[in-house]
Amino acid sequence: MKVLEGLYYSKEHEWVRVEGNKAYIGITDFATHSLGDIVYVELPELDAELAKNDVLGVVESVKAASDVYTPVSGVVVEVNEALADQPELLNEDPYTNYLAVLELTNESELEELMNSTEYEAFCENQ
Amino acid sequence: MAELKRTPLYDEHLTLGAKMVDFAGWEMPIEYSGITNEHLSVRNNCGLFDVSHMGEIFISGPDSEAYIQKLVTGDVTKIVDNQIMYTMMCYEHGGIVDDLLVYKFNQENYLLVVNASNTLKDYEWIVKHCDDYRVVIQDKSVKYGQVALQGPNAEKILQQFTTYELSSLKYFYFDLFKVCDEDCLVSRTGYTGEDGFEIYSSRESIVKIWRALINAGALPVGLGARDTLRFEAGMPLYGNEISESISPLEAGLGYFVKLDTDFIGKEALLKQKEEGLKRKLVGLELQRKGICRHGYPVFNLEEIEIGVITTGYLLPERELCVALALINSEEAVLGNDVLVNIRNKLFEAKVINKKFLNKNK
Repeated sequence: MKVLEGLYYSKEHEWVRVEGNKAYIGITDFATHSLGDIVYVELPELDAELAKNDVLGVVESVKAASDVYTPVSGVVVEVNEALADQPELLNEDPYTNYLAVLELTNESELEELMNSTEYEAFCENQ
Repeated sequence: MAELKRTPLYDEHLTLGAKMVDFAGWEMPIEYSGITNEHLSVRNNCGLFDVSHMGEIFISGPDSEAYIQKLVTGDVTKIVDNQIMYTMMCYEHGGIVDDLLVYKFNQENYLLVVNASNTLKDYEWIVKHCDDYRVVIQDKSVKYGQVALQGPNAEKILQQFTTYELSSLKYFYFDLFKVCDEDCLVSRTGYTGEDGFEIYSSRESIVKIWRALINAGALPVGLGARDTLRFEAGMPLYGNEISESISPLEAGLGYFVKLDTDFIGKEALLKQKEEGLKRKLVGLELQRKGICRHGYPVFNLEEIEIGVITTGYLLPERELCVALALINSEEAVLGNDVLVNIRNKLFEAKVINKKFLNKNK
């Protein structure tokens, strides 16, 4: 299982990469492995105002649909349209292929997330 | 929770790196190399399934034929020795107890192969109705292992392990012969829409056979692809397309109901037929990308609820978003437009033929 340094991680297996006041949000390698082949991704609407733990999108494997929750609050300023046509990108490279970019509205929420070492330990107990 | 049952191939699954799940009280492999890859291997080459969880109920005795005739919707007198019939058992009200395969050894000896999730219920149902029939009913499920070898190369692969001339075994027939020097019952049947075989043997022998077939190039396939394959071929799954509250006629399985025979549930089905069916199982194709899941509601264009999705998938590598749905008969017309509620958004869909495998293939 792959975990990247320098990202924030949630217990629901989302990752957050912060650039300035923007947060790129995706799902982890652990998540894509447990989901299996991803065949459909539903992305949020642009400009949507999301609170922490709101549904950011839906990732569907062949077998099941799983909600993806945003681990931080913010406004959706970009979505990764490529996933609509190529959802398998999430299996191939989960850390490059974010779902959406949020403009952070409460940066202090980042402190509640795990770093890569903590997340790795968390996954081992799953 | 009761401890999960394991098939004789449990250790093989772990060795092959399968993802295991609880299925009807059994710890079964859901996937090994990925559902899409496994699905395509069955369509293009050959896949191997552990189906040891299926139930095997033997019926023997002088009244076997007459008794089975009373239990099932099909006409068991029409099959010959070594032939197999796909059929259903119904409740008095016309709902379905289970769908099953009837293997005829001869007029006094039959094997009924039933769904794992229903084995105990079926056995009790069968025992309960045997009245004065001179039959012996034995559930031998725990004694047997079973694998299904499916795909266009199934015959070529299996032939390497038997001297029996497999090309002479016709679709829906079976025979007893050795595979890997082990005694087996082999039928030309399956649940994928492809050519293939189902192989029954002792719990010990089935492990040897499994390993041989894997080494010969059959790809292990889990329950995930088993479901997408049967769905693509338009075959029903108990609990989805058929159930205690869905009749064979509603499920579009009228071909397997012989109303000129006498069986439990016949009166109810005759009445349904006379009065006209209220619901019918149809295929749906979404007009834009999305996935309909079991239980999602279906509406007509006036947004009145008309039914429910029984199974739906985005079919592997086909970009086809299709579903089976049980909907009101008046809406169940080919080409009709309906709406499916997917997570509170309405998606347009068209009623199409439910044999998706033939579509654009």
